[in-house]
Amino acid sequence: MKLSRKQVIHIATLARIKLTKEEITKFSEQLSDILGNFDEMLQKIDTNVDPLILNELSGVWREDISKPSYAQDQILANAPQVEDGCFKVKAVLE
Amino acid sequence: MLKKGDISSVELTQAVLNHIDDTDAKIHSFVTVTKEVALKQAHSADKRIKVGKATPLTGIPTAIKDNMCTSGTHTTCSSRMLENFVPPYNATVVEKLKQQGMVMVGKTNLDEFAMGSSTENSAFGVTNNPWDYTRVPGGSSGGSTAAVAADQAIYALGSDTGGSIRQPAGFCSVVGLKPTYGRVSRFGLVAFGSSLDQIGPITKDVTDAALVLNTIAGHDPNDSTSINAPVPDYTKALTGDIKGLRIGIPREYFVDAMQKGVKTAIEAAIKKLEQLGAIVERDVSLSLTDYALATYYLIAPAEASANLARYDGTKYGHRTTDAATMWDAMEKTREEGFGPEVKRRIMIGTYALSAGYYNAYYKKAQSLRRLIWEEFNQAFSKYDALVTPTSPTVPFKIGEKTDDPMQMYLSDICTLPINIAGIPGLSVPSGFVDGLPVGLQILGRSFDEKTILRIGHAYEQATDWHTVKPLLKQ
Repeated sequence: MKLSRKQVIHIATLARIKLTKEEITKFSEQLSDILGNFDEMLQKIDTNVDPLILNELSGVWREDISKPSYAQDQILANAPQVEDGCFKVKAVLE
Repeated sequence: MLKKGDISSVELTQAVLNHIDDTDAKIHSFVTVTKEVALKQAHSADKRIKVGKATPLTGIPTAIKDNMCTSGTHTTCSSRMLENFVPPYNATVVEKLKQQGMVMVGKTNLDEFAMGSSTENSAFGVTNNPWDYTRVPGGSSGGSTAAVAADQAIYALGSDTGGSIRQPAGFCSVVGLKPTYGRVSRFGLVAFGSSLDQIGPITKDVTDAALVLNTIAGHDPNDSTSINAPVPDYTKALTGDIKGLRIGIPREYFVDAMQKGVKTAIEAAIKKLEQLGAIVERDVSLSLTDYALATYYLIAPAEASANLARYDGTKYGHRTTDAATMWDAMEKTREEGFGPEVKRRIMIGTYALSAGYYNAYYKKAQSLRRLIWEEFNQAFSKYDALVTPTSPTVPFKIGEKTDDPMQMYLSDICTLPINIAGIPGLSVPSGFVDGLPVGLQILGRSFDEKTILRIGHAYEQATDWHTVKPLLKQ
């Protein structure tokens, strides 16, 4: 199973990672090798059972009661850029 | 020893910190050594001991894997992405240890974001195995296992998604326990594979592992995957008696790539279990074992691709200085912040979840997961425990497997199935091959840590592997 450069670039775009040309080549080879191995393994077995949910935990709820949270300065402490008590980012809307 | 006043926590902590100063240039277990925090905690611990309010972990120096949030102390996940990140909160397990009066000497090195089997994927340099500095300590909790092996901490915490506590514990000749999924809260553990991750103790002997598990286990409202069940006193299980316990040896774990010396050591360990009175049945078959690799390396990266989507340079962590637009900034931030293995796994995961491939890969892996789990359940209707090697090899040389990702993935072949099924697994020291450690892996039913700890403890007390220390050459 060979992944083309085009496919690798598509996956990188979905994953929002700007790969270099060398990385695209390298990952194209490595991912083809890895996924090829898996293809072989997966083809040997035919299965249609339900996915596993460990400990059969589902629908774990808590009461809808608000509790104190962190102070604003704690939340902003690790921010790359702050302005007026907000996270500053590149424009989202053009 | 601390309770009796033979030595104070401050004295013990200072001695440990001095020892770290003397040894860590060669080993590099630590990303951050927390000298002031440790001594402050030691002072508090001594006060507490004086008024008779000490518990087993009070005043005992510990090291925490650097993917668990420690309030006010850098938590880097050994990644450039979080190089300067200081969490505003403690992971639940850290909070629990604090309540017992722990002394934290530092945050230990790991494969970046816990992705790896050798600690070579750390963005801050590899940790060297204390038994042979040219070899890996295993991974991803290599810093924690090296620290305990080298007496740089009395015990440590690690995390295990595909073997990351057990494999390095085996490589460093220390005890490593991955509890049942849901036994220990994951709140504050930086998420990698949320249906696989578990935090567990890394210790010098099985008794310590039971003591630490007593403290860190338990339901947490902040972790909806933690189970609501009481925590027994795991030390009460350490009776030393395993007569009549039925132990199965699954043949599929004795792979072709298994080194001869490792096979010899494991077979000797199995004979020892028989001598101790366990009923051992060899050549049991878990035929789905071979599918665990593909199952794991589709589920874990898929979950990782979702969990690591948060690293976008917006609220914390690295942000590129070289971008004009929002998407450009995000893409360059992630390109710069993540190392190659992390990128590789995000790519595999993204692919496995993408339109057109979801059914063939991710969905199929999740179905396989149920089959693997059912196969373990069937085995545990006949056996109380399963015993295998922790790894097919002794610690390999630094750089030996870094060119071929598949080779590196294969080094976890004995540990991966356990995370897929969610069952508990314990690795205990079981000998050496030319001075290099071999680990014995003991697997049990879900939430039956008592039985695997009992077996591990009985084996340990009948051998003296746990008393052997690395030379720590200068």
